[in-house]
Amino acid sequence: MSEEPLVQWDWLFDHLGPIAGRVEQHLYLAAIAVGIGFVVSFALAAVSIRRRRLYPFVTLLATAFYTTPSFALFVALVAITGPSVLSAEVPLVLYTVILFVPNIVAGFDAVPKEVLDAADGMGYSSGQRWWHVELPLAIPLVVAGLRLTTVSTIGLVTVTAILGDSLGGLGYYILDGYHRHFPTEILVGGLLSIALAVLADMCFVLLQRLLTPWAAARAAAR
Amino acid sequence: MPGQVVESGRSAGSGRRLGLAPGSPGSRGEDSITTPVSGHAGAASLEFRGVTKRYDSRAGTPGAVNDLSFAVPAGAICVLVGPSGCGKTTSLKMVNRLIEPSGGEILLDGVDVQSVEVTALRRRIGYVIQQVGLFPHLTVGRNVAVVTGLEGWSKQRQRARTRELLALVGLDPDRYQGRYPSQLSGGERQRVGVARALAADPPLMLMDEPFAAVDPIVRERLQDEFLRLQRELAKTILFVTHDVDEAIKMGDLIAVMEEGGRLAQFGPPDEILAQPASDFVARFVGADRGLKRLSLRTVADVEVERIGRADGLPSFPPDTKLRDALAMLLVADTRGGIALDETGRPRGLVTVDAIASALADPLPGKIDA
Repeated sequence: MSEEPLVQWDWLFDHLGPIAGRVEQHLYLAAIAVGIGFVVSFALAAVSIRRRRLYPFVTLLATAFYTTPSFALFVALVAITGPSVLSAEVPLVLYTVILFVPNIVAGFDAVPKEVLDAADGMGYSSGQRWWHVELPLAIPLVVAGLRLTTVSTIGLVTVTAILGDSLGGLGYYILDGYHRHFPTEILVGGLLSIALAVLADMCFVLLQRLLTPWAAARAAAR
Repeated sequence: MPGQVVESGRSAGSGRRLGLAPGSPGSRGEDSITTPVSGHAGAASLEFRGVTKRYDSRAGTPGAVNDLSFAVPAGAICVLVGPSGCGKTTSLKMVNRLIEPSGGEILLDGVDVQSVEVTALRRRIGYVIQQVGLFPHLTVGRNVAVVTGLEGWSKQRQRARTRELLALVGLDPDRYQGRYPSQLSGGERQRVGVARALAADPPLMLMDEPFAAVDPIVRERLQDEFLRLQRELAKTILFVTHDVDEAIKMGDLIAVMEEGGRLAQFGPPDEILAQPASDFVARFVGADRGLKRLSLRTVADVEVERIGRADGLPSFPPDTKLRDALAMLLVADTRGGIALDETGRPRGLVTVDAIASALADPLPGKIDA
């Protein structure tokens, strides 16, 4: 092994097509998990904000998911739903909840009380207040949650490779490289996965700048 | 201040107040006919009738209000003043129904606010709070245009109104309307808060400690500017403060509240200072209430004597407050000073005795409570 070069470039160039396919699958698996996780978490957060007493239970539930080892959960699901996208997505979605919910709740909690008081006094209906005041002001922390969750999920997608060769995104190369003692594959899978996470994070930073020009103004004023 | 009250009575849009000289009965009842509650122009009368707010079965919870009754004629500034927990902010918030009363009624131009749809009611009532509560994600221009937007004004009319209001509160529209609240000083934010509250030309303004969050110098300037503005606008204003001096300066009428949410005294500032209704009021307005009364009067209000030897005596423009004039006489260690007229010519000699005797008469030109 020591006489072989760490990266075999010809392998890389021979497999550009399949690698691109795995990148696509990786993004697809991550996007579904983050998308569904966001919707589920937003609903849970909305309930937690309205009914504060439920918040500890929601957190407890999310933590319970999170403490289950991902490996065990994937394997358990294969027994029920087979090596399918569903088996991959259920744990991925469940793991997003613990990251999303506290951020969304904190985002809405961070809306200053006097701003809500003023909004009511101006004559916003509760729906208008939510859409025009609360949601925009919650965006910075909600997007912070999206960044965290997306980075974490893109990393976690690699683990779904244990469900079979048809899944795993770039994780397929990591697992395959491990079995074949072939570092080039491991490096391609790992480094591209990191690159995807960094790129996705940068996209969200850009999105946040576009959505919250006022936050940049505030930072500049300080 | 008394001069301002008289002047505001003469200004456009508050002709009603001319009918409110002491001893003109029934003027309140007529207000409800002249200004319909749906109208945006002018000012509305405001009346509390037996208004009560209980937070639990026990009496005397902080913020509770107990059987509060008073009437504010259209175009007047009424100040609710009292120690913290006396229910003054609760009382204010019951007007725009941010807090619902447990009993009694609040009449805006004779119409019970409970009978009006709540968001419609709030859009016709200007609301200014201590922390301002500007929307941090909206520019100054869009903050000011919130209520006109909710009311469905055309974009063009909103823009014109926003520019007009920013200029009115002393902020150059071109410089300020594109900024975010975080880019403003405390004083500038308060001005935007006032402009926002005035946007739809509401007949009533609720102001909850609007100048408390800025430093004393800025506060004094904002108070003066607001009084100047009010002389033109002649809105009905319910103003909450814990500061007696601010109450005396801003109020045409003062409602002193005490713990338990009870009304301790209601009347014009000079009357409350001259004849406190209870030990509580006397203590609350302070041992220097005589001096405070002097700050309600100016040198122009004082009888003058013929001037003998004038050399070395201090001289006072006619709008000098008597409190300041007295202080200057004491510092200069002299019994008298020169009262000037508007043109700066000597009008006569104003003495310490004359200043003292000015307190014997109640102030003219007051609103009948």
